[in-house]
Amino acid sequence: MALTKQLISKNCGKIKPESIDGYIQSGGYEGLKKALTMQPKEIIAEVKAAKLLGRGGAAYPVGAKWEHLLEIPHSPKFIVCNADEGEPGTFKDKILLSQDPLRVIEGMTIAAHVFGSHDAYIYIRGEYLAIQKVFQQAIDNAIAEGYLGNRILGTDFTFNIHITSGAGAYVCGENSALLNSIEGKPGYPRIKPPHLAEVGLFSMPTLVNNVESFATIPTIVLDGGNQYANYGTADSGGTKLICLSGLVVNQGVYEIPFGITLRDIIYNPEIGGGIANGKKLKFFHLGGQSGPCGIPEQLDTPYCYAALRSAGLSVGSGAVVILDESVCVVDYLKGVTEFFIHESCGKCTPCREGNQKVYAILCKLSDGTATTQDFKLLKRLITTMTAASFCGLGQSATIALATCLKHFSAEIEDHLHKKCPAGVCFQEQERAAI
Amino acid sequence: MSHYQPDPTKSVTLTIDGISVTVPEGTSILEAAKQIGINIPILCHHPDLRVRANCRICIVTAKGQRKFKTACSTEVWSGAEILTNSTAIRDARKTVLELILAEHPQECLQCIRNGSCELQKLAKDFGIQEIPFTPSPLVGELPIDDAHPAIVRNPNKCVKCGRCVEVCQEIQTVRAINTAHRSQHYEISTAFEKNLAETPCVSCGQCVAVCPVGALYEHDDTAKVWAALDNHDLHVVVQTAPAVRVALGEEFGMDSGNIFTGKMVAGLRRLGFAKVFDTDFSADVTIMEEGHELLERINNNGPLPLITSCCPGWVNFAEKLYPELLPHVSSCKSPQQMFGALAKTYYAQTSGISPEKIFVVSIMPCTAKKYECARPEMNDSGYQDVDVVLTTRELAKMLKQANINFNSLPEESFDEPLGISTGAAVIFGTSGGVMEAALRTVYEVVTEKPLGKLDFDNVRGLTGIKEATVDLDGTTVKVAIANGLGNARILLEKIKSGQADYQFVEIMACPGGCIGGGGQPHGTTTVTKQGRMSAMYQADKNSALRQSHKNPAIISLYKDFLAQPLGHKSHKLLHTQYKTIK
Repeated sequence: MALTKQLISKNCGKIKPESIDGYIQSGGYEGLKKALTMQPKEIIAEVKAAKLLGRGGAAYPVGAKWEHLLEIPHSPKFIVCNADEGEPGTFKDKILLSQDPLRVIEGMTIAAHVFGSHDAYIYIRGEYLAIQKVFQQAIDNAIAEGYLGNRILGTDFTFNIHITSGAGAYVCGENSALLNSIEGKPGYPRIKPPHLAEVGLFSMPTLVNNVESFATIPTIVLDGGNQYANYGTADSGGTKLICLSGLVVNQGVYEIPFGITLRDIIYNPEIGGGIANGKKLKFFHLGGQSGPCGIPEQLDTPYCYAALRSAGLSVGSGAVVILDESVCVVDYLKGVTEFFIHESCGKCTPCREGNQKVYAILCKLSDGTATTQDFKLLKRLITTMTAASFCGLGQSATIALATCLKHFSAEIEDHLHKKCPAGVCFQEQERAAI
Repeated sequence: MSHYQPDPTKSVTLTIDGISVTVPEGTSILEAAKQIGINIPILCHHPDLRVRANCRICIVTAKGQRKFKTACSTEVWSGAEILTNSTAIRDARKTVLELILAEHPQECLQCIRNGSCELQKLAKDFGIQEIPFTPSPLVGELPIDDAHPAIVRNPNKCVKCGRCVEVCQEIQTVRAINTAHRSQHYEISTAFEKNLAETPCVSCGQCVAVCPVGALYEHDDTAKVWAALDNHDLHVVVQTAPAVRVALGEEFGMDSGNIFTGKMVAGLRRLGFAKVFDTDFSADVTIMEEGHELLERINNNGPLPLITSCCPGWVNFAEKLYPELLPHVSSCKSPQQMFGALAKTYYAQTSGISPEKIFVVSIMPCTAKKYECARPEMNDSGYQDVDVVLTTRELAKMLKQANINFNSLPEESFDEPLGISTGAAVIFGTSGGVMEAALRTVYEVVTEKPLGKLDFDNVRGLTGIKEATVDLDGTTVKVAIANGLGNARILLEKIKSGQADYQFVEIMACPGGCIGGGGQPHGTTTVTKQGRMSAMYQADKNSALRQSHKNPAIISLYKDFLAQPLGHKSHKLLHTQYKTIK
């Protein structure tokens, strides 16, 4: 039996992305047609039954988010699609946006029907410039065919989608910073509460969901929440797009049902197909740079929210980066931390200063000048950054570091004695000594 | 009503460190803790500014929640169990503080804020003895921007709290400074990183007033004053603005709400000034000139409203951002500049001292006055009318350098004749004061009847925009008062669009007026301003004369020298013109 599933990825690579005809022929817009005959509460009940957890990375239950927003009496309510896919090793939204944009548009349109919204914004990252054009064409075609714009499918329902974009800041993937960016303000995160459902875009109640979350909505409405949930596990409904990259044979995006093991993901020929170049797996990094690292001993953990959490791992964005025995953990963490130094917005002390100090200590480890005192400092930095940073960026910047300190303490301590088991650090020093 | 709109009529009961406290809904944990004697440390927070929660020093924990909460930004909720002190909290706060200190030059002894620095105080309270983190190579290497005539920016000292941005953007709406770049390059900067002097900066100094450290400060001009005092060829006179006398004592540990006029005069005399005069004298002159200008404009069809011109921060704002409204701005120079022009003409003449030997020092609650005195047109006496401006803070420094125990000084009186003034002039230092002083005189000039009640209560107070209608024996005059340039902007837009039909408008750049000036003692909040304001109205109440036109020194000035308000001599010495600044 096939390990992968094709629910939301079934059109990818198979139809002309912006073509309404192609989308309709593959069953598109049936979800919207059905949704228009349903009450908002009925639709939300299906989303809740689907056990759909937010696919952007935070895994907040989508049904609960929708239910909360529905209860808020103010209007207009805005729909925002977070397509600022900036998490390194994550490229699944890119596939949906470029190969099946109408599915995302249909999902957003169903959400708009639920909340009586007339306007939505999709914040597509600046690096996806070519995709923005495809997406705009899909919007234009949907309007021309009566699936978007004024009087959708002959009803009184009017809804438009506007494409916006930023200048490439990772922090703008944080929902409140993203809304600031749409408003034309600098992409700094907002103080919460108030929640975005209450005070969101232009201070109005706002729904922010990820591309993949919206893309599942037509399927959930059409097939029913229970049917969708059944593809997954007891806690994690449905399927997930995962992004395999790094030192693995088959890199790419795969749609998997929740519950298959990490071993299946990495080694099954239908998915990862094993470690590239016949090398041995050293560790894997889940959910992007802000996610945890895991080791081969954890390979039999089922890939679903609850099991991964119990193992100190997480789904995050769906990124699965494979690292083999040639990689030095200290060297790898330097790269991770450099990313956060580059992407910290600078607003709060722990993230702005903390990432720099973490990096300085990692550099000391890799050049052999670190001391046990630095080890203690690293731990203090992790605690402070995780618990005291302003937003999720700073709070999660040291997750990879913390998990590696747990799994690879011996290797990291070796660096105190100028030993790098992977043979990556101290190369220049050794050459100089010769 | 959803929970993001707190209802302050409802109360919330919670415990903080095990102590139960009941506060109105919407109160922050920080404020609730303060009520039960718990002072949570703060750095980026300022009680008069919008909450930013940037520095993360005020973190606390709430039972049942994994992550810290910032006490400044988190509203209390019913049944919350907050902990403000635990090993985990202290450790994290200390780490945050050490991270800030690692990027801060360790040169407290050479810093202008030594002793009044909020970061220094935190370091002391936390018992910081060493900083475990390696500083970045940028520390101490950033260029200092000192091209501005009043304000210096030292980005090396900046802790990126964002208070200055908040006050410049949101309170003053001048928008000269903002945040720029990100991560390790994140900084407070100007548009295109130009010098502050090339921005819309109006020199109000509110950024200096709220800066917790030595990143923003006024040019120190005390050396120029010491040099003048040492030069025996010079006759060095000093004038003091009304708002200085209600704030100076705070620099010596006294509470706001007291009047320090007598001690201030005694202190200045001991510093060696030949004459200790009062800007209140020229404030009375301003009322004579501006009051008559108002009447002239009412009688000659405008342009109305007439807008006051005492405040140089506001004048700069008008010249830079509202040039189309400049015809509305009174042609009167500010009291400081009127004093300078009169000191080097009238006083020179009556005292027989050559004006070239007269050196005029001003003590001002203000940084914009430094800019104003250096304006090239401010030389109608034939010399630079005012030579040096010092802030309240700089005067305090001079008194300390001269070994003067301010608190034990006797009470002394100003010198005559430029030290004689009325209660009307004293209240110039608070929002609404110029308006009230003008009305006290204008009423009697127009009606030729004595004004019964001198207090115009509806123009008083710290409210941002105040409006009133005054009955001048049958003629009604509509007036408005704005303090803080953001409030001024609201009023000016109403005037521009024709929605307002005021005859007379008072604008002060700083929130609260000069009592909240950019040159006042650090640590100023609404509470301190309220103290200074009540002291000011008390000083007015205590005055024998409370109307400018009844000041005998003013009567003599017009009789012996100026002839009449708006006369030829007045126009030459006491009035000015404005220009658009791009």
